[in-house]
Amino acid sequence: MADQTSDDLRTTPLHALHEKLGGKMVPFAGYEMPVQFEGVMPEHLWTRAHAGLFDVSHMGPCFLFLKDGLGEEGAHEKISAEIEKLVPSSIATLKPGQGRLTVLLNEDGGILDDLIITRMPDENLQGMLYIVVNGAVKQQDWALMREKLGDTCQLQTADDRILVALQGPEAEAVLTPHFPEAADLTFMRCAYIQKEGERYMVSRCGYTGEDGFELLLPDNETGLGIVDALLADERVKPIGLGARDSLRLEAGLCLYGHDMDATRTPIEADLKWLIQKSRRERADFPGAEKILGQIANGPAEKRVGIRPLERAPAREGTEIHLNGEKVGMVTSGGFGPSVDGPVAMGYIRADLTEPGTPVQLLVRGKERAGEVAALPFVKPNYKR
Amino acid sequence: MTQSFTQQITFYTEDHEWVTVHGDLATVGITRYAADQLGDVVFVETPEVGKVVKKGDEMAVVESVKAASDVYAPLSGEIIDANGKLADAPETVNEHAESEGWFCVIKFSNGAETEGLMDKDAYYEFCKGQS
Repeated sequence: MADQTSDDLRTTPLHALHEKLGGKMVPFAGYEMPVQFEGVMPEHLWTRAHAGLFDVSHMGPCFLFLKDGLGEEGAHEKISAEIEKLVPSSIATLKPGQGRLTVLLNEDGGILDDLIITRMPDENLQGMLYIVVNGAVKQQDWALMREKLGDTCQLQTADDRILVALQGPEAEAVLTPHFPEAADLTFMRCAYIQKEGERYMVSRCGYTGEDGFELLLPDNETGLGIVDALLADERVKPIGLGARDSLRLEAGLCLYGHDMDATRTPIEADLKWLIQKSRRERADFPGAEKILGQIANGPAEKRVGIRPLERAPAREGTEIHLNGEKVGMVTSGGFGPSVDGPVAMGYIRADLTEPGTPVQLLVRGKERAGEVAALPFVKPNYKR
Repeated sequence: MTQSFTQQITFYTEDHEWVTVHGDLATVGITRYAADQLGDVVFVETPEVGKVVKKGDEMAVVESVKAASDVYAPLSGEIIDANGKLADAPETVNEHAESEGWFCVIKFSNGAETEGLMDKDAYYEFCKGQS
């Protein structure tokens, strides 16, 4: 149970706070991050019932903007045309302040990362996109953007700031005294708030299946003060990465590097909905031929939910069998505290994706009963 | 088999198992320290009765919300009993790690193997070095 050496790890602006709050620190995505405070189970259940505060400053927030013509007529269309070279979603059709989940693709249609791209709400910031990529691959993502996007664009990274997620049914009530604008936001909408020389991005999103917000705050006394004030609210507890993982698994959300990677297309990952009709018709994204072929003919394998029917969790790497034959693999699995039982997801042969299909899960060499399950395991609580 | 927990735990291992020796039988579990480190235990796979294990073999698995952890045989011998209660109440490991949360009983074949194990004081010192 000895921890890895933490010599080469980066820390977030909230590191001292985590230690003060008794967080158990572990290496994650090149950072030393809290895996838990009170315990994964109570933190998970607290977030579903109240509000949990997650430090996600290790992730990769950034701004992509036009070097010239910011705020001018057609600026959003120009910046969209650039980023749409890398993603299959329609960015041009986003309304001001609207965000969209999408994926970076390689030439084979494989997923390089998942990310949220948001059109800035302010009129004078049209031509600017707010993008959040995964922490573990942020340097590659940014290198790719700098390489593939035209000279008209500039990328400004913002991973030196505080990025926190406030998640749970009481998140709105907790946040509105500090940011009244938050109450007006619906799911995947953002506000850009300038106050006393500071700038804040408040986005109504998250990765837990709960209603909630992500806040990009300055790394200074003001930013730390907001985090302290949120934590001082009795409805809020600090939550570690352990519960973040069990929450997103119950919500049926993919974790990059596990449930999707460069060998999987969005169609195999059951993310067809990311690709709007206009992009399918234009067929102008990386790997379009393969992806459109899979839309037309179906992929060989597809991501599904897996429900172990016994109490033993089926973790990542567990083989999925049918009558002694391997038909799939678990890519994320564990115990779902809100479901009160083991939950998993993975890839399975395309003809077996119907929920209720019985399978066997090879847990430590022993076949255990399971079935294909509909995702998510817990109904999302987003404010539409 | 009826377990009596009035007995003092006799030995501890560096893998955080406890061992209580009674004659040529040894009751085995994981320590309170280990249970606290694991967090909420959600599943325990106890060894099958009749299985013969060698010291250091992966003998059982304890799963928390976070991860699966192996439990190793502290002594060589035959498994003659396993704690059936853990199948339905894995949380017993968190609540009573060093008594009702026992995993199995080994009929051990080589008493000399106990020489490498720690006593209580040595184990407490060992845990201090871990944190």
